[in-house]
Parts: sequence; C-alpha cells; structure tokens
Amino acid sequence: MAVPQTLDTLDVGAIRKDFPILKREIHEGVPLVYLDSAASSQKPEQVIRAMSRFYETEYANVHRGIYTLAEEATAAFESARERVGEFVGAESSRQIIFTRNATEAINLVSNSWGRANLGEGDLVLLTEMEHHSNIVPWQMLASELGFKIEYAPITDDHRIDLDSYGDLLERQPKLVGFTQMSNVLGTINPVAEMAEMAHAAGAVVLVDGAQSVPHMVVNVAELDIDFLAFSAHKMCGPSGIGALYGRRELLEEMPPFMGGGEMIKRVQFDAFSVTELPSKFEAGTPPIAQAVGFGAAVDYLSKLGMRAIRQHEQEIIKRALEQLEEVPGVRVLGPAAEHKGGVAAFTFADAHPHDVAQILDRRGVAVRAGHHCAMPLHEKLGLPATTRASFYLYNTPEDIDSLIEGLYAVREVFA
Amino acid sequence: MDDLYREQIIDRYKNPQMRGNLDPHDYSYEDDNPLCGDRIRMDLRVDGEGRVTEAAFSGEGCAISQASADLLTEKVVGMSMDEVKSFTKDELIEMLGIDLGPVRLKCALLSLKVLKAGVYGLDELEEELAAL
Repeated sequence: MAVPQTLDTLDVGAIRKDFPILKREIHEGVPLVYLDSAASSQKPEQVIRAMSRFYETEYANVHRGIYTLAEEATAAFESARERVGEFVGAESSRQIIFTRNATEAINLVSNSWGRANLGEGDLVLLTEMEHHSNIVPWQMLASELGFKIEYAPITDDHRIDLDSYGDLLERQPKLVGFTQMSNVLGTINPVAEMAEMAHAAGAVVLVDGAQSVPHMVVNVAELDIDFLAFSAHKMCGPSGIGALYGRRELLEEMPPFMGGGEMIKRVQFDAFSVTELPSKFEAGTPPIAQAVGFGAAVDYLSKLGMRAIRQHEQEIIKRALEQLEEVPGVRVLGPAAEHKGGVAAFTFADAHPHDVAQILDRRGVAVRAGHHCAMPLHEKLGLPATTRASFYLYNTPEDIDSLIEGLYAVREVFA
Repeated sequence: MDDLYREQIIDRYKNPQMRGNLDPHDYSYEDDNPLCGDRIRMDLRVDGEGRVTEAAFSGEGCAISQASADLLTEKVVGMSMDEVKSFTKDELIEMLGIDLGPVRLKCALLSLKVLKAGVYGLDELEEELAAL
C-alpha cells in the first residue's frame, strides 16, 4: 500500500482539535503556544486512543504466545512495523528494527556495523551540523577501535559545504553519517546527492532522520541510503520507541547489538545462535503499546499527507523568519527559508536564551533554550546558547504573533 | 512585570557592582554550566585573620546567574572563611528573593558553587557540592 500523498493544504483548525493538550492553559487565562516540536511533538487523540484501546482490549506480550490475546497483540505490533516501513518506503518490514529512539538506532549501527567494519586507519565522515546523537556514539567507538572522525564543514549561509564534503570523501571514509535536517539551523541537506557521492567513494550511508521524517516525505529507496534513524515521539507518536531502517544485505551481515530473549534461534549453556531479521536486533520485550502508537502516528500523518505538512511548515517558517527579522536585535541562524525546515534558532541582542525562554513561558509560549544537543556546532558559531522556536502541523500564524509579542516583552525587560 | 525579573535582578544584571578580576588574589575559582553556557569566575582577597577584604566576579550568562554572582560577591566581603563555608543555598535564594524552578536554580547556584569550590580543599568540596 503506497502512502497517500495529497497536495491539499492542511485544515489546521481541525488538526488542532485533534490535540487535546492544545486546549490547556499554561497559566491562568494563558493558553499554550507550543513551539518546541523539534524536541518532541504533541500527540493527537488518534494516537492516544489507539494506545489506550490496545491496553484495554488487546495487550499481551508479543511473539510465541499460544493464545488469542498474544496473537492479537503480535498482529498489532507487526502491523505497526509494516506501516512504519511503508511510511519511509522500506521494501520489507523486516528492514525496520524497533529501537528506543533515533539515538539508539544510531548506537545500534555504531555498535553492530561499526564494530564489525571499523578499525585503525579507517575514517568515519560526519558533518558539523550533527546532533550529539550522531557524534558521541562514533567518538565512543573511535576511542576503542582507533579510527578517525572528520566533519564536513558548513558554509557561511549554514548549508553543507558540498565541495569540502567531496574533498573529504576522497579520503575514502567507510561510513558517512549526516542529518537530513539540522535541529538547530533547520538546514535540509541534499540527501540523495550526498548519498550518491558517498556511495561512489565506497562508503556506507547513515542518515539521521529524527528531524526530517516527521516533517517531509522521506523515502529510503528514492534517496538510496543504507541506514535511516528516526524517533516516534517527534512525529506525533509516543516516546520510548524509534526505528532503524537498514539495507537488507547490511542488516543480515551485522552481528547482534544486545543479547537476550527474542534475538536468538537457540541457546545452550555454552553458545547461542542468532535468529532472523528484525528480531535479531530486538532483544527483550519490545515497547509494544508504543509500537501501536507509532503505527497510529504514521497513519495520522499519512492521512494528512506529508507533502501538505511540509507545505504548511514552509509557509509558517517563511512567515516566522520575516517577522523575527523585524524584531531589533534578533539574529536567526540557518539558511534562507527555501532551504529550511520549521526550525528557527536565534540570538537576541544581549538577552540570554534562558531569560528569553523564561519570559516567553510567562506568556504560554514554549520554546527551547540552550545548545540543543549540538555543542560543537554552537562552538563553531561562537555561541554558548540559542533560543529555538520550532513548528509543526498544528502551528498557526497566530502562534508566531504570540512569539513576536513575547520577544518585545523580553526587550522591555532588558532594554 | 515579571516576578523572576524583579528590579533587583535586572538592575544587578545590567549594572553589576562587583564585576572585575583581582590580581593577585588569595582564592580564585572558575566554573561553568555547559548546558546553558553560564560561566563565572570569582576572586577573593583575605586578610591575616582569614576575613574576606575584597571580592570580584567575572563571567557571562543569563540574568539570574550573573545577578546572583553579583549579590553573592558583595555579600562575602567582610565574612570569615568559616562564614563563607557555612553560607547556604537557602540564604542565597532568599537574597535573590525569587521563586526558581529546578532548571533556573542551577543558574542561581553556579556562583555559590564557584565560591565554595574556591575556598574549600578538594576533599571537603565534594561533600559540600553534593549538598547543593
């Protein structure tokens, strides 16, 4: 079943009614203006209900149960895997490994593929705009195995420097890992082009899709990538579950990541043999209800259409950038709107991001302040911290107005 | 306007009274909170009886962290080392006069952490810091 991709614009008013939390007041008489979806999205009642219904009517542990309830729970769990696989264009649901989140998906690749394939003298190529989750797992492994890590630089307008990237590929890295959308700059990277270049240099390609999969059409076959990591909680699903897509030949050759039940074919006191995909990488009882919620989340997004969601966010970010740039003292990071997802990280004259976020919170506006798990990038830009507003399908032009009004209130305090 | 940003905090942030470095000094310590980029250094001069005669702080960060450092630096002048050591976080919070959530508490207490790290020996320090 193909994911339906309509070009209809979103009915944001109707969408907002799906998200119960958007009805709450943060302080008395002050409604919530949620601008932190890049950290985690809110959940529609379709997802919340799918999970509570599952707990109320179908819950049991999955696999191997010889009773009706266990069979139903297993069917619901595996159906979720299929829908998540279809959502990113995987050929088979066996190529979808459920993990705790995108971070664990990347750690799975580093620990399994990395240990089997990397050693002294090897190179892993990342970019300067990576989240810590696509830096630290490689640093941990490099200190053990002795390979090198290089970072493809960003340009002055905060896009990937493809010339330098091409130069670094000449050093024949074994793996190239990069984000499809920066969680700070908002930059959307040309994944298909970067993957083609990396493959030509003989590298395996890992894409961090934590910020992109929730917001745009991401198809692993069209992009021709080897691994894709993403998290349910950033795409209207529950926390506690994410996924790794992997190219089948690679997954089949890779050694297991964690040991335990479910990942084995046979265990003796002195040995074990590993079972098939995807169970090989899913030791222990998985996040079962979370998988059901993940399935409901991709159903919800598919029904609205990822192209329509992307289009809505493009309009929102364009407007947000225009309005932000009019506020004296605001400097937004990242490239122009056409190269960007719905993320606006900014500095605001001398006001520290913590103070900005705190004053905005008094007005119900939830933004994030800090380094957004991208300390090396902030260091490169010479900034200890930034304030970040991020947008999703439920955000409206009025939300941007609330942000801007809040920033003028910040100005008043610090003027 | 806003409880957290009462006049005292904003005034101290914009017009700190105790900003600077003391060179030479008897005690100096610097620490940061990498999560938010707050950084504070505090320098003390102490007389023969172990009483703080001069104090100064430098650094950067949010209004809460810098105002807290300014107030604390002013407060320690005239204190004996024992008084500095026994100065509690509750006393500092009371001086600030604002209600802080757990995240902002870290901003407010960075200056006290720096002060205590500066005057304690390393052994005593860990125990004291654990209590912060």
